[in-house]
Amino acid sequence: MKFSCGRGAMSITSSSAAWKPTDVVADQFPAGLRVLVVDDDPTCLMILEKMLRTCLYEVTKCNRAETALSILRENKNGFDIVISDVHMPDMDGFKLLEHIGLEMDLPVIMMSADDGKHVVMKGVTHGACDYLIKPVRIEALKNIWQHVVRKRKNEWKDFEQSGSVEEGDRQPKQSEDADYSSSANEGNWRGSKKRKDDEEETDERDDTSTLKKPRVVWSVELHQQFVAAVNQLGIDKAVPKKILELMNVPGLTRENVASHLQKYRLYLRRLSGVSQHQSNLNPPFISPQDSTFGPLSSLNGLDLQALAATGQLPTQSFARLQAAGLGRPTAKSSIPMTLVDQRNIFSFENPKLRFGEGQQQQQHMNNKQQINLLNGIPTNMEPRQLASLQHGGQSIGNMNMQVASHGAQNNQNNSLLMQMGQPQSRGQILGDTTVSHSPRRPSSMGQPILSNGMAANVASRNGIPETIGATSYNPVSQATSTLNFPMNHASELPGNSFPLGSTPGISSFSSKGTFQEDVSSEIKGSGGFMPSYVKFNDLSQHKPQNWELQNVGMTFNFPQHSSSLQSNLMQSVLVQQGSSGQMNGHNRSSAVVSRAMFSAGDIKEHGNAQNVNQHLNNLVDNIIRVKSEGVFDTSPGNLFPVHFGQEDLMGALLKQQDSIAPTENEFDFDGYSKDNIPV
Amino acid sequence: MERNPMRRQLQVMRKSLFDQGYLDEQFVQLEELQDDANPNFVEEVVTLYFRDSARLILNIEQALERKPFDFNKLDGYMHQFKGSSSSIGAKRVKAESTLFREYCKSGNGEGCMRTFQQLKKEYATLRKKLEAYFQVARQAGPMETACRPK
Repeated sequence: MKFSCGRGAMSITSSSAAWKPTDVVADQFPAGLRVLVVDDDPTCLMILEKMLRTCLYEVTKCNRAETALSILRENKNGFDIVISDVHMPDMDGFKLLEHIGLEMDLPVIMMSADDGKHVVMKGVTHGACDYLIKPVRIEALKNIWQHVVRKRKNEWKDFEQSGSVEEGDRQPKQSEDADYSSSANEGNWRGSKKRKDDEEETDERDDTSTLKKPRVVWSVELHQQFVAAVNQLGIDKAVPKKILELMNVPGLTRENVASHLQKYRLYLRRLSGVSQHQSNLNPPFISPQDSTFGPLSSLNGLDLQALAATGQLPTQSFARLQAAGLGRPTAKSSIPMTLVDQRNIFSFENPKLRFGEGQQQQQHMNNKQQINLLNGIPTNMEPRQLASLQHGGQSIGNMNMQVASHGAQNNQNNSLLMQMGQPQSRGQILGDTTVSHSPRRPSSMGQPILSNGMAANVASRNGIPETIGATSYNPVSQATSTLNFPMNHASELPGNSFPLGSTPGISSFSSKGTFQEDVSSEIKGSGGFMPSYVKFNDLSQHKPQNWELQNVGMTFNFPQHSSSLQSNLMQSVLVQQGSSGQMNGHNRSSAVVSRAMFSAGDIKEHGNAQNVNQHLNNLVDNIIRVKSEGVFDTSPGNLFPVHFGQEDLMGALLKQQDSIAPTENEFDFDGYSKDNIPV
Repeated sequence: MERNPMRRQLQVMRKSLFDQGYLDEQFVQLEELQDDANPNFVEEVVTLYFRDSARLILNIEQALERKPFDFNKLDGYMHQFKGSSSSIGAKRVKAESTLFREYCKSGNGEGCMRTFQQLKKEYATLRKKLEAYFQVARQAGPMETACRPK
């Protein structure tokens, strides 16, 4: 159910739940909260299901962790929260927790009859947002919605903060976008939250540091430029300022680059972490070049691998990238991991997610000590620290996760993935690959996460100088730590080549690998995006750097609800357009955006009304602007939500063309859940 | 009219189960979940519990036949069993489970075996009592709203 849906949108629910009237009414929140409960004990499962139903939640139950994961992967935005038992025969509950955190970034509540302190602590350190002692009482379940709200709130906040500070002239637009974005973000639970966000935005508007900046959309091309710049400088020396100079992209700010760099580093780290494990690529990890950036180099390797693994990136190119990316590691050109391993690493569906997570982990690691993920040296994430972090907010961690998990899941991952993978020439290929694999790429999540993570990381992480609205990002770093924890357990995750018991991030990556397939399958569904995707690329090329995109906030509307990611993106883009409303608002904002892109392209080709082009251009710009951090798939590719059926896009496009006149914004971004964009 | 006596009997049985410590508050939680949509919810859950937990009891029994005891395994089984039992409010059974786990943790095989025997007895007793209870419940018709034990 999509309870946050926007106006009357019948969300095409990605989740299995049927549309429920409660979905539409925000006031009924938390009714309709989509819960996935996992427990191998049938008695408990039956009782929990009944209790949750009594709370008016939408319940899906399963008795195996693997089943739960596949359900989640298939329905990226189909759930708002997961409740899982700790002791399960097929998979440790904490592992599941990590997986979910990494891939979907959903709040997870652990349960157990075991109330021992250490177990509860483990839950905290692994990133569980709560821990219930069995037997569970219904009263305990009544309030689980708070975790959903909290997580989203943090994510949203993270996004905002990760946005770079824009110049003043952007302010007006930003505020406009901010409004949209806030509402967009709120989408799911509009109600008070929306209002609050609006208020916050207003307040923040004056505060440049926390202003919502239009998010930069890291398109494939842009990312390629970025990676090229980074490689040119050498990963060790790649500082945002220099990267920015090398990239020479008008409108791109140092903060944008910084946050993106952060994510990229995490990503690489993740990759190298895996590869290291495989191939003893220790140096990069261990050398603390600088606490924060140390692991980054390894991350490069990781990212590359991850990318390769995900299959998005041809292995050769991957190797190349890896070589390029791994500035520090001596084994530059080697992709230590076998392809298989690489795949494993990155196979999860949301490469972005991984990416982001990697970043987080990296950051976390940095903070703690050298990230020896790859070395298998346990990172000492002090539990209490984690605990505090965890409470702190699932911020970045969540954010990233969520970003990935939310709407971005499909589309955005792709784009991000692409971005990451494309640093080298492969970029295009990746893009194409992505496109063609669009069905496969729900992984867009990975990307967004990356961006998010980076952004967040940048802000909060010590290493990155640019603190994009840093202040608020402390939680982010914290979040990362929490995020990191889950990763630790990921070591057991399938395909986890490195036995990093304690390397939070890495393990998660491994597990992610498995997800890849899932993602792919998901993407398959979307199928027809390729053309649009490609077109989009072209389009974006036409408008290279219109970094004026304002609607930063929007993109992050991670509606967990169906194809929320896309919605978010779309929404954000739509928002950008302002109310040009061309896009038939609704949650399918991403779809709309993509459509807009299409239309823009089309229009250009057809030489249609100027204003249409204008709008489209704006849209494109907006999309481009969408900050990578915030948006899951800032890259153009992402705009094509996998979930969104082609028809949605077409519908939006058609609508757009038909009536350039601003349509009322149907999508009140409240409900990103509204996935259905009328075709 | 006829049902009144049955209901009264039902209430007496119920009260006794609580007073004698066979059931605890969690059972009331189940009762409160029962509604028109699921008028036999409690019985269904309890039936499911006994069916599923029988498997666990068997596992533990088999594990206790293998010497030396694998305390970790035993503890694991009992942990599951305990979780299940507590979820339906089986108070005495749960207490025995806890004790069993203590013995497991301290590696006391003798204690485990003794406790397990006791546990099986409580388990069997509870089963009988609840079966009788539900029999009356079915005859008594829809139950009234659960009331908490005093």
